[in-house]
Amino acid sequence: MAALTFLIIEDSPTMRQLIRFALNRIPGAQVVEASDGVDGLKKLSSNKIDLILTDINMPIMDGLKLVNLVRSNEAYKGLPIVIITTEGAREDKERAMALGANAYITKPIQSTTLLSIVKDLLKL
Amino acid sequence: MSIKDDDQDIKGGIFEKGEEFLDMFRKGQEFTRDLLKDNERLRYRVVQLEESLKRKLEGPVEQGSGIVDEELTSKLARYENRLSELEARLQEIEAENVDFVQRYVDVEEQNNNLANLYVASYQLHSTLDYQEVLQIILEIIINLIGAETFAIYLLDEKLQMLNPEASEGVPVSEIPAVKFGEGVIGNTAKTNESYFNENPSSDLKVLLLDPLVCIPLTIKDDVIGVITLFNLLQQKESFAPVDFELFTLLAGHAATAIFSSKLFTESKRKLSTYQGFLDLLSQ
Repeated sequence: MAALTFLIIEDSPTMRQLIRFALNRIPGAQVVEASDGVDGLKKLSSNKIDLILTDINMPIMDGLKLVNLVRSNEAYKGLPIVIITTEGAREDKERAMALGANAYITKPIQSTTLLSIVKDLLKL
Repeated sequence: MSIKDDDQDIKGGIFEKGEEFLDMFRKGQEFTRDLLKDNERLRYRVVQLEESLKRKLEGPVEQGSGIVDEELTSKLARYENRLSELEARLQEIEAENVDFVQRYVDVEEQNNNLANLYVASYQLHSTLDYQEVLQIILEIIINLIGAETFAIYLLDEKLQMLNPEASEGVPVSEIPAVKFGEGVIGNTAKTNESYFNENPSSDLKVLLLDPLVCIPLTIKDDVIGVITLFNLLQQKESFAPVDFELFTLLAGHAATAIFSSKLFTESKRKLSTYQGFLDLLSQ
């Protein structure tokens, strides 16, 4: 299986580590971490990313703005984006999905749920 | 030869031909009769065979009809026994499978819980910066437990007061300090026992004094503070078993992390003060 690179955009180091832990269970998975939307865009342009996992509430640039920018770029149009957030309201989910996110997971996350969604999106 | 003789010859020829034709017709007639008889006989035989086959297929196996029948019956009995054995084995394997699936799910859950606990303890002890430790505790409570509004109280031993040090969902300034031993929060600190409210109020003012959960922060038997959870995230309807393990872990690790980071920060401050004095004296 070819190595997959995941971009985790999350301001909480605890959450980043938790997501990294879950993703490391996918053989050959590589993880790139970013602490906010702007950092995430920088890392996206300098790495070949297969899937983005992003929080919504972050300093400097939030997750929704990031999703919007990624989707408006032709090069990343097909890149799967998973939102991981504390926002559990239906409207938040609808908004994120309308902007172009592929999946929406609410915290606290279950590693099995996360892995199942990631594998589904990457057709693993 | 005269014309009369010629006529007689022609008539004789025709007669002979007619006789031949009649003979052939008779033979044909006999042949057809024979064929019809054969046909009838064969049809009767077909009917007999069909009935016999039908009886064999539909009726019970005739016992003792011959050595071949006996062998077949015994083989059939053996196969039926084998089939029932295999069916029983299949049922056993299916039951084992269900058990394995359940065990796999349990192991997966344990694995996830361990990962959560590892991340929580790793993060808590990854720094000696007091503010960072408080921030990590807040992150753990939000991301791993799923609380929306909560606070961390620390005990002021001199004043015997529990003062809010950090919070989420409500400003620290709005959270009242609590006297040691008084109310739910004070009592949790005094008794060193976790408190779980079965019927939490929907009013935040009430919740601030009677929270959903109170967890004492302890080092050995000494309580240094209390973590209080006022409400959970919208999508989190109730606590999971792992949450109680996280509470227990938090009670120990968060307390030591807070205590050591506080000591480190104080000693660092003292060290810089002493260094300042030494610098002044050496000038």
